[in-house]
Amino acid sequence: MSDAHGIRIAAPNRASAGEVIEIKAMIQHEMETGYRRDQFGRQIPRFILERFECLYNGKPVFRAELFPAIAANPFLNFFIRATESGTLDFRWTDQDGHTFSERVTLEVV
Amino acid sequence: MNETDALTRRRLLTVAGAALVTAAAWPVRVFAEPADVEASIKAMFSQREIREGRVTVELPPISENGYSVPLSVAVESPMTETDYVVRIAVFAEKNPLPDVARFELGPSAGIAHVRTRIRLGDSQRIRAVAEMNDGSLWTGHAFTVVTLAACVL
Repeated sequence: MSDAHGIRIAAPNRASAGEVIEIKAMIQHEMETGYRRDQFGRQIPRFILERFECLYNGKPVFRAELFPAIAANPFLNFFIRATESGTLDFRWTDQDGHTFSERVTLEVV
Repeated sequence: MNETDALTRRRLLTVAGAALVTAAAWPVRVFAEPADVEASIKAMFSQREIREGRVTVELPPISENGYSVPLSVAVESPMTETDYVVRIAVFAEKNPLPDVARFELGPSAGIAHVRTRIRLGDSQRIRAVAEMNDGSLWTGHAFTVVTLAACVL
């Protein structure tokens, strides 16, 4: 488990070769839909994270395209097959192109 | 009752009537319709045949909080180098936007199962379409009753 820039990753740090491991990734973000109005009736502009990527030793293994229907503080739970020791990179990109990332290491025995 | 009063009341009724007719004839369209989901699916997968099955969508039967509803999408697939899920697209029939999320995966996923939390503006059916590496398309859906809607999300 790691916690930096509002990012929380839950992934095992050790797995046996060929094992399918469960990954949970969450980031703090309001995911403002663009459909809400403020107290003066003005539309609050959309501000969302549009993409998520998980790279295993630099190779993309899971990607998600997010829309306003994704709840605030987007949570993603998915699986990957552990094949070799290395790194897992998690990267979120917002609509303005800013990225937020986190890295964890995985030891395959 | 004098002349002025009668006129005022008649005018008031006319205006109110006109307003009612206008409101009825010109509803504000906030939410998507099942037809919009069909259009979204067509835009993504063109006219290709989509078969029912292999895709399991799970939602709580009753969603007490439309701002955060747990969604699970699982696709029956061995997820090997030769037989795997390429992508999964999730659609909502009664949200302002039919698109919810799209996931890209591959044989390195091991299991084609994704979970997330979504916003729902109304009680509705959520559909998922999965594309396999052989190009075949499969779909599944689930319905949930939303008690507190994410009203304008």
